[in-house]
Amino acid sequence: MRTKNQLKKLSEFTSAKHPVRRMRRLKERAIESLLFLAAASSVLVTVAIVSILVTESIPFFEKVTLKEFLTDTEWTPLFENAHYGILPLINGTFLSTMIALIVAIPLGTVAAAFLSEYVRPSVREFLKPVLELLAAVPSVIYGYFALLFVTPLLQKMIPTLGGFNVLSAGLVMGVMIIPYVSSLSEDAMQSVPSHLREASFAVGASRMQTAFHVVIPAAFSGISSAYILGVSRAFGETMVVAIAAGMQPNLTLDPTQPAATITAFIVQVSLGDLPHGSIGYRSIYVAGLSLLILTLCFNILGLWLRKKFQEKE
Amino acid sequence: MDLNVRAEVKNLKFSYGDKQVLNGVTLPIYENRVTALIGPSGCGKTTMLRCFNRMHDLYAHANYQGEILLHPGAINILGKEIDPMEVRMRIGMVFQKPNPFPKSIYENVAYGLKVRGVKKKSFIEEQVEKSLQQAGLWNEAKDRLHSPATALSGGQQQRLCIARALATEPEILLLDEPTSALDPISTRHIEELVQELRKEVTIVIVTHSLHQAARASDYTAFMYLGDLVEFGASEQVFTTPKDPKTESYITGRFG
Repeated sequence: MRTKNQLKKLSEFTSAKHPVRRMRRLKERAIESLLFLAAASSVLVTVAIVSILVTESIPFFEKVTLKEFLTDTEWTPLFENAHYGILPLINGTFLSTMIALIVAIPLGTVAAAFLSEYVRPSVREFLKPVLELLAAVPSVIYGYFALLFVTPLLQKMIPTLGGFNVLSAGLVMGVMIIPYVSSLSEDAMQSVPSHLREASFAVGASRMQTAFHVVIPAAFSGISSAYILGVSRAFGETMVVAIAAGMQPNLTLDPTQPAATITAFIVQVSLGDLPHGSIGYRSIYVAGLSLLILTLCFNILGLWLRKKFQEKE
Repeated sequence: MDLNVRAEVKNLKFSYGDKQVLNGVTLPIYENRVTALIGPSGCGKTTMLRCFNRMHDLYAHANYQGEILLHPGAINILGKEIDPMEVRMRIGMVFQKPNPFPKSIYENVAYGLKVRGVKKKSFIEEQVEKSLQQAGLWNEAKDRLHSPATALSGGQQQRLCIARALATEPEILLLDEPTSALDPISTRHIEELVQELRKEVTIVIVTHSLHQAARASDYTAFMYLGDLVEFGASEQVFTTPKDPKTESYITGRFG
């Protein structure tokens, strides 16, 4: 039993005016504002980036109409006879991303299914980090790999292939994003409850049937966000395409041709010495803004897809 | 009346890593009869049930000894040369928690046929209807065959799982505490179903409910700490148990 004295002490502590309680409140408030600052800073940086991209792009659109920007089929902002059509850059970006996805989605999904459904947990713990190492290779190395190894290899099969082409850049980029696709997909498959797997095995299904008819459909919302991450990664990838695809804006669907992506153009122009405020200089911001909007669209699409599949479950 | 033995468990031992779960169980499973496995938690009844369809093969460190002979033919389904997939094609299972696939009702029932490579649509449709009728779900499901199975109630989901297991016409149907996640009305529904189904299929049921074992089974096996303590006709086991341990369990003194 507590003595009267102890009770008195306790009630003192529980009084809001007690110095210990006041210190505690102050500390709590200080920590709260610190955490708020940390969270706000990342939002602020994003807001700053977007506002700079927008303000620097406005003068560009005073000289170039939106119609020309969206419909002109040539992008030559640094030439004497300048054209400002973003289409060739968007075309290059989409083309290289598509090729990368053709490589990364099947390989990444199959790798994830293998890791999640076929191998023992101990082997998985070893293999998964090894696969993830692919993402640790700097992209500039992938760029050289595409230019100096994959392109010559492809040239043996397609003799007309030039030294710079989207095909080789896209293929290597696909290999580069495999771990993004496989790692997240594998997580999604692992989170499929084991009672669904058992239900499938119990009617006599094989591992492959279970993986493809039960696990992958049940994990699809997670797998689709893995794909979207892969798309965003391929979209924003710079080095591989800048090095191996030739940096020539080119409105074509032929992957054996050289092309420039939005990112490759930004690298190319940033490296030059353009006068501050010139239209060429502004074009970097416009290209950056376009890339941001496109990536944003993909992220929204990803969120939407995810929601849709979750509702279905 | 002469009873056919559909399967024979012979000196079945099972260990999981270092942990011995079954210490040599021997019992017959009679054709078109319901055999209930009862016993306190951890006695090995679910483990034994999962030996019948080689479910333990999905996990590492499972080790079987002894035999489960499937008649006619006396095939040892625990044999190393037997593909567990083949065993599961012949022996169906319904789990403790209803576990329909996140697919439509129709696709759930058709799944077993699909994995067997059955392509003929008219045959699949027939089987789906037949199994849903057997599982007592046809009237509730016939107008919504293509809506998601997960929208069904718990009891309906469990009957769907029974239909899914029946669609492939198994020789033995394993039920692992099929009503433990269900309300009393759904439970009674499933017990009545079990009575109907035994006309067509041999049933082994694991249950925690002694009432269920007494009501719904023909034979009862009482297990304790990995051993089979008593096996006999349910009426005999529940009214005049031979072993004192069985008696204390069914009178609620332990377990």
